[in-house]
Amino acid sequence: MSAQPGHEQVTAAIRAAGEQGRPALLPFVTAGYPDPAGFIELLSAVSAAGDVVEVGVPFSDPMADGVTIQRASRAAIEAGVSLRWILEQLQAVRAAGHRFAPLVLMSYLNPLYSYGYRRLATDAAAAGVGAFIVPDLPLEEGAEFRATLAAEGLGQVQLVTPTTDARRLEAICAASSGFVYAVTTTGVTGGSSGLPADLAAYLDRVRAVSPLPVCAGFGIRDAEQVRLVGEHADGAIVGSALVEALERGDDAKAFVESLRA
Amino acid sequence: MDFELTAEQRRSLLEQLLTDRLPDVQGRFGPYGGCYAPETLMPALKRLAVVAREQLDDPSFQAELNVELTQWVGRPTALTYARALSLRWGTSVWLKREDLAHTGAHKINNALGQALLARRMGAKRVIAETGAGQHGVATAAACARVGIPCRVYMGAVDVERQAPNVDRMQQLGAEVIPVESGDATLRAAIDEAFRDWVGDPEQGYYLLGSAVGPHPYPWLVRELQKVIGREARGQMLSLAGRLPDAVFACVGGGSNAIGLFHPFLGDAEVELVGVEAGGRGSGLGQNSATLVTGTPGILHGSLSLLLQDEHGQVQETHSISAGLDYSGVGPEHALLKGIGRVRYESATDVEALDALRECCAAEGILPALESAHALAGARRWAAERRDGVILIGLSGRGDKDMPTLSRLLHADEDEVVT
Repeated sequence: MSAQPGHEQVTAAIRAAGEQGRPALLPFVTAGYPDPAGFIELLSAVSAAGDVVEVGVPFSDPMADGVTIQRASRAAIEAGVSLRWILEQLQAVRAAGHRFAPLVLMSYLNPLYSYGYRRLATDAAAAGVGAFIVPDLPLEEGAEFRATLAAEGLGQVQLVTPTTDARRLEAICAASSGFVYAVTTTGVTGGSSGLPADLAAYLDRVRAVSPLPVCAGFGIRDAEQVRLVGEHADGAIVGSALVEALERGDDAKAFVESLRA
Repeated sequence: MDFELTAEQRRSLLEQLLTDRLPDVQGRFGPYGGCYAPETLMPALKRLAVVAREQLDDPSFQAELNVELTQWVGRPTALTYARALSLRWGTSVWLKREDLAHTGAHKINNALGQALLARRMGAKRVIAETGAGQHGVATAAACARVGIPCRVYMGAVDVERQAPNVDRMQQLGAEVIPVESGDATLRAAIDEAFRDWVGDPEQGYYLLGSAVGPHPYPWLVRELQKVIGREARGQMLSLAGRLPDAVFACVGGGSNAIGLFHPFLGDAEVELVGVEAGGRGSGLGQNSATLVTGTPGILHGSLSLLLQDEHGQVQETHSISAGLDYSGVGPEHALLKGIGRVRYESATDVEALDALRECCAAEGILPALESAHALAGARRWAAERRDGVILIGLSGRGDKDMPTLSRLLHADEDEVVT
């Protein structure tokens, strides 16, 4: 087993894509959607086609998400998916010797808080998780969470948005681990109105201050947009478009591969 | 800070509350509160915290607010001696009549104050959520008065059970958006209002209706609702000639209760009692008694008590009263419980209905179903202790509840309780 801390493995996987001259691809799936029994198989498929995989922990009140991920989240909860279940599944396949691309767990704060940060850090490290994305845990509130994760080599990926000013941007980038998540637009996930016109300048601004790779997310739906974003960022996160493909019953691996075309 | 507070911490936190040092700069009320918001909203929330403090300290803002509270809202609201209830309960009962405020509930105090603030901040549109519809109506009216367009999110379940308020909001010029997602009540409406604001953080102003949410809302809403307790305390001294032995208020998110209680916090001899919705009973999902049975958790931007399952999923709630039907509660109430300054208990749907009917028949006042919970708690107190003097926050009028009440008039209660 690699002694490299989990969040550094995430960083390394994104940099490796850059060395191949392409943006890293970070597909997002809601854990246990569309079917808990197929979770590991889906994760393997998506992992084979992506550089880093974001696994969404379903939550009852996903206030930063649009309708697609709200629907998937609700369905997964109704099917019995919980943070404990997700970590147990990941630990079991890891114990059996299976390896995925580096995993990032995306969760609202309350399920993590309820689980307990210390136990979470231990169990997530054992499950092969490298970092967390927590959309409702801003820089100011996250010190205890980050310190507890760091003890197990895990980190918190910080988000920046177009409303983040220069001073704040610098502080957030400095506190981030794994990569910096640049939200492309104001609004919730799953927007389809196209990427904003001033995206390039915004991403360049983030990249200029970030010591870590910068990955863009929110509203990235196809290969063309991945390519566009890739000109100014180190990676592209594709969530709602993939979850919609799963809703339609499309092949997940083929969809993620199509994003590289 | 741990949730289990030592005696010294309790004393110190009460002292900090009384000297206006809570929330602190991080928006903390001891171990509770804070600002757990998406990054997109952080600059807007920080700006709001600074500007709201400046404006509330600004004599010109206070003067403008006071003129509107007097001439447009109709403040001060009456303190009514409830003669017949006093005879029946064997204790002197005083009612603080927020039902007489413009639009029929205490919600207007906050809606008006924040609408004025939004105008001063240059907001182009106002976003709000509503449960029972009282905050939506108050916001629609206040926005019409100050001249800003507004959109109100309301759970689809509440749209149905509070139909008269939907029509009123639309008549007042608001756009009402029914929310089908989540539990389709207040919680889902707040989620959706936040989503709207995340999409428009610069031009939009989120006019949150209860003492919940990320900092600075719990503080801001409390400051705007404190007028209830300030007036009531003065009126008790002048009309009853003394402070009450006990003060009762219903608690959903907790805005009318915090507004009524706050000016009494330093009166150690005055017992403060918050009454939550006990719904159909004590099972998870059967009530909305967050302070009585909840555990610490984070919802809608603050750390407070929460009705949740073992996995941290927020639980659906039940109450006959849409305004109390909420899984969370304001962080300052969690603190007041923690330091033992306020006692929280619950009243069931049936107890609240019973109290509502008694108040109608005895006093000729139709209280809101929310306020009826405070009446039910007060009646229980009076049954155990005669010859006291009590103050009850009548937070709103019950006209909006007529669809629910009419159904009950013609049917067996157990069946029809929603």
